[in-house]
Amino acid sequence: MKNNTKKIDKYYALKHEYSGRTVVTIFGIMLILITLTMVFFLISKGSATFFQNHISLKEFLFSTEWMPGKDEAQGGPAVGALIFIIGSILISGFALLISTPFSVALAIFMTQISPAFGKKLLQPVIEIFVGIPSVVYGWIGLSVLVPFVRHQFGGLGFSLLAGSLVLSVMIFPTITSVAADALSIIPNDYKEASYALGATRWHTIRRIIFPTALPGILTGVVLGLARAFGEALAVQMVIGNTIRIPGTILDSTVNLTSIITMDMGNTAMGTTWNNALWSMALLLLIISFIFIFIIHRIGRKGSASS
Amino acid sequence: MTKFKPLLIALVLVLSLSVALVGCSSNTAQPTPAPAANSLTGSATAVGSSALQPLAEKAAEMFMAKNKDARVQVQGGGSGTGLTQVAQGGCDIGNSDVFAAEKLPADQAGTLVDHKVCVVGFATVVNPEVKVDNLTGQQLIDIFTGKIKNWKEVGGQDLSIVILNRPASSGTRATFKKYALNGAEEAAGQALTEESSGAIKKALTDTKGSISYLALSYVDSAVKTLKYDGVEPTVANITSGKYPIWSYEHMYTKGEAKGVAKAFIEYMMSSDFTSTITQMGYIPNSDMKVSRDK
Repeated sequence: MKNNTKKIDKYYALKHEYSGRTVVTIFGIMLILITLTMVFFLISKGSATFFQNHISLKEFLFSTEWMPGKDEAQGGPAVGALIFIIGSILISGFALLISTPFSVALAIFMTQISPAFGKKLLQPVIEIFVGIPSVVYGWIGLSVLVPFVRHQFGGLGFSLLAGSLVLSVMIFPTITSVAADALSIIPNDYKEASYALGATRWHTIRRIIFPTALPGILTGVVLGLARAFGEALAVQMVIGNTIRIPGTILDSTVNLTSIITMDMGNTAMGTTWNNALWSMALLLLIISFIFIFIIHRIGRKGSASS
Repeated sequence: MTKFKPLLIALVLVLSLSVALVGCSSNTAQPTPAPAANSLTGSATAVGSSALQPLAEKAAEMFMAKNKDARVQVQGGGSGTGLTQVAQGGCDIGNSDVFAAEKLPADQAGTLVDHKVCVVGFATVVNPEVKVDNLTGQQLIDIFTGKIKNWKEVGGQDLSIVILNRPASSGTRATFKKYALNGAEEAAGQALTEESSGAIKKALTDTKGSISYLALSYVDSAVKTLKYDGVEPTVANITSGKYPIWSYEHMYTKGEAKGVAKAFIEYMMSSDFTSTITQMGYIPNSDMKVSRDK
């Protein structure tokens, strides 16, 4: 009898515990494998520029000469990517400058000042923004923002400004929702203690709530920056893709993702040109690793201080 | 039975995955040679040039209506992709706007067989407000190299010139540079770049004083075409050799074409298909009174 119960238990455990666990483990391992193979693939493709085509890392990172189609007789293909790197940094930097104040203010409003309104109306609106495909942002940017910039500020319209504006709209939901999460988990005790000391609501937000939630808010900002760095389509449609470092915010320019999407299909695999594009993709991956690393650092610091 | 459930699930997963993978790769597999001359069976994949894609798709549709058992699949991806894929055996036909030798290393280009299926002409196009009708070859070069910056220098109104380019790797740009600009290198960092001919057309109509180039199959009343050295970019002028800005559309096969790929290419170049080529804005080889071989 005793033996039988034990047997049933074993089957029960097999059916209910191990089967589920196996499935989940398989999926988990598969995901890790996919990630690893992709990283490996990018590294092997991206490093070909340096090992097969013998372009120095210094030239790739710090040269502004982009002449990948030039004959070897005339000095070989030149694949300096500095213009694209600077373009990417400028566009996402400006996008962040525009987006961060709005996003953080919105997060404070919807968690501290008017939570009911925030939950019922703002939250769904922000979620809708997340779901809009980037080609739609690009198309709206091209049809509305580019002519707007042209008429209001002059120039051609295709500009760093237009690209940054489109991106700032695209990253604000990311920053807002992460910041809002960080703000809403602050214990009520903090607020009540502050009120008990006679602080006003604004004073409480500024001196107590905001500093406490700062690590979370910064995580949102870095996530937004990562999104901005990797966005290709919407930006490419509005920045004009002129291969130069922009002199003013109204100049057209180019970034890493644009040059990759524009040239990838038209260049033959194995050529220096194509390899250089892979190196740029690898660079984007490394940059996003750095962002993730920063986020983890912020998270650790945040949990250590509280 | 329950004991094997996880195993079973794992097995199903692996199986479904492998089926999916096989499903993907079978598209690009070599065509099975036709067993008999009359009934053509098997499949072929054509990958590459987006300029040739609309015509190739139309041809595939008509070809499959005639040959019920044959399948031809046409994909875009760009000339570079098409040439790389066909050289590596990833597809049966590689579509390209340019000669393979211009994109691929010599050892790879040598393994490919060229089929020039048709000709496509290119026109210099400007924003409709530009009051210039003709540009000489030298003026065009000076504009694209940044020496001439205002339309008044070539007889137009006082309006700065905005150059709209395709990406440096584009077949259209390569053709225009070769035949219209005489190979002159464009000035760096001046032109706006748009990814596709469609985007060029949109930017051209929106931007004052803009100049660009389009395949004749894309030209319509929304843009203004310019004469080149006094010659209109018309089909008649191209076929007679008066207007030089045109190129072949190529279909490359690795080694001699076989099976469905061979039949498909033959169909595209046959007299049955000539009227469709003309209709879609391309020029059939048979109309050409001049030829080029590089």
